[in-house]
Amino acid sequence: MKKLINNPENVVLEELKGIELAHPDLVKVHYDPDFIVRADAPVKGKVALVSGGGSGHEPMHGGFVGMGMLDAACPGAVFTSPTPDQMLEATKAVDGGAGVLHIVKNYTGDVMNFEMAADLAKAEGIDVEAVVVDDDVAVKDSTWTAGRRGVGLTVLMEKLVGAAAEEGRSLKEVADLARKINGQGRSMGMALTSCVVPHVGKPTFDLPEDEMEIGIGIHGEPGRTRMKVEPADAVTEMLLNPVIEDLPFESGDEVLLFVNSMGGTPLIELYIVYRKAVEMLEAKGIKVVRNLIGPYITSLEMAGASITMLKMDDDLIKLWDAPVKTAGMRWGV
Amino acid sequence: MAVTKKDVLEWIKAFAQVIAENKEYLTELDAQIGDADHGANMDRGFRAVLEKLPNGEDVDIGKIMKTVGMTLLSKVGGAGGPLYSTIFMQAGMSIDGKDYFDLADWAKALEAATAGVVRLGKASPGDKTMVDALTPAVQALKDATEQGLSLGEGLKKSAEAAEEGMIATIPLVARKGRASYLGERSAGHQDPGATSTFMLLDTAAKVWANCS
Ligand SMILES: Nc1ncnc2c1ncn2[C@@H]1O[C@H](COP(=O)(O)OP(=O)(O)OP(=O)(O)O)[C@@H](O)[C@H]1O
Ligand SMILES: [Mg+2]
Repeated sequence: MKKLINNPENVVLEELKGIELAHPDLVKVHYDPDFIVRADAPVKGKVALVSGGGSGHEPMHGGFVGMGMLDAACPGAVFTSPTPDQMLEATKAVDGGAGVLHIVKNYTGDVMNFEMAADLAKAEGIDVEAVVVDDDVAVKDSTWTAGRRGVGLTVLMEKLVGAAAEEGRSLKEVADLARKINGQGRSMGMALTSCVVPHVGKPTFDLPEDEMEIGIGIHGEPGRTRMKVEPADAVTEMLLNPVIEDLPFESGDEVLLFVNSMGGTPLIELYIVYRKAVEMLEAKGIKVVRNLIGPYITSLEMAGASITMLKMDDDLIKLWDAPVKTAGMRWGV
Repeated sequence: MAVTKKDVLEWIKAFAQVIAENKEYLTELDAQIGDADHGANMDRGFRAVLEKLPNGEDVDIGKIMKTVGMTLLSKVGGAGGPLYSTIFMQAGMSIDGKDYFDLADWAKALEAATAGVVRLGKASPGDKTMVDALTPAVQALKDATEQGLSLGEGLKKSAEAAEEGMIATIPLVARKGRASYLGERSAGHQDPGATSTFMLLDTAAKVWANCS
């Protein structure tokens, strides 16, 4: 498989070097253990936000470090959760005395490693709270399983909670806000192609030219069902209906609609999906008050898209509109 | 009959070799039901272990195993990192302070390791994880100790039990880890973590077969 890389072993390291050279005004990069912090860290008196996860989802999380969003991001190997020592050092580097919130996507590895890091940070006297994101309706939830995955809602949470921390809210307020957001946001994704993990060199799954996967996550893992490819409008229905029904979103609700590319799907197609989604929501009396369209939480070069919906209120709208200055998201500054 | 510090070091080095040789195979298994990284994760971890491994002077077996555990924790990531780290940390604490151990000690160490994995990952037997290889292996070691089997025989039984447990994961529907996202589609594939765990115990049985 063709890839624009040098040595698969150095993919993450060379990416970090690139980020460091590209955005010295926004971030500082620390190596061994690897993490990215905002250039002015630690911000005194502000609750600090730390997230992290496997690499391969760019711009998440490293591209979301900066004013109004994350204070630190810990990149793991491609699709592999980072390790507790990275998280601990990042937590110490950004703690400005008001405590640190860990934003953790619900994957067994991420949860285990962040739990260990939080225990170590607490032992060093840092106030740490953790919030787990699990918004993927494609996964059947039950107490017997690992539960739902954290996907698109993570991006929205990092922006909204980042704005709240920037406003000077307390650790408890920021953590409660994050849990509230997790409670009222849902996502679902699909793939037209698999993706190629650099050190594997071939597609994670074989998907024939005329088939698609519905209910995929963000790690190239196969989805829940495979079927013949359908037109964009039919696919949009397959993604949006389960999202609407799960919460459920109801007539009169105001929402943020996020149409995300898995990496390989171009904006032109995302707008086609967005158009159909808005039509469907209008017919149900659900009002789209804010939106986000583009590749924000990706799965390497996978072609496909995900839809995330978050129920909004005045506070969330204000936080969404607040200034943000990161490599991956920037407005109001 | 006892396993010495030197034998433990040899076992770890041999396992690192087995992982390097099976890196693609383990990743292939993980590609079927996970995210295609188990082989790469384990290989990255054990290559780091080889660099950090004490040469055996002024350390006991517990210290050696704990060094392996700490190295895995900081180099592997994913679910496999903390879980394999726990196996070595718990076994190390169980054998702490010793320069050699026998079959009964090893049964206790692996039991502690398995309990640690269960505490951390909350998986039960039948969830299609490494617990499905560990649990029968511990039972086999305990039975072998009670029956007064030799060290070599006991280790062989535990490797065989782990292998059966590994093969028994094939028809299971995963309830823990990434594979659980696939629901019914996870059935028909062997669990990668149970496979590497079998390799760990199989390597022990082979390397320690003639310990005296
Ligand atoms: N909760 C659990 N308890 C015990 N074993 C588990 C659990 N979850 C996963 N495993 C084991 O871990 C193996 C997968 O390890 P791997 O190194 O691929 O990590 P991973 O799950 O891909 O981590 P990450 O999701 O962060 O990439 C599985 O095959 C399974 O045996
Ligand atoms: Mg894996």
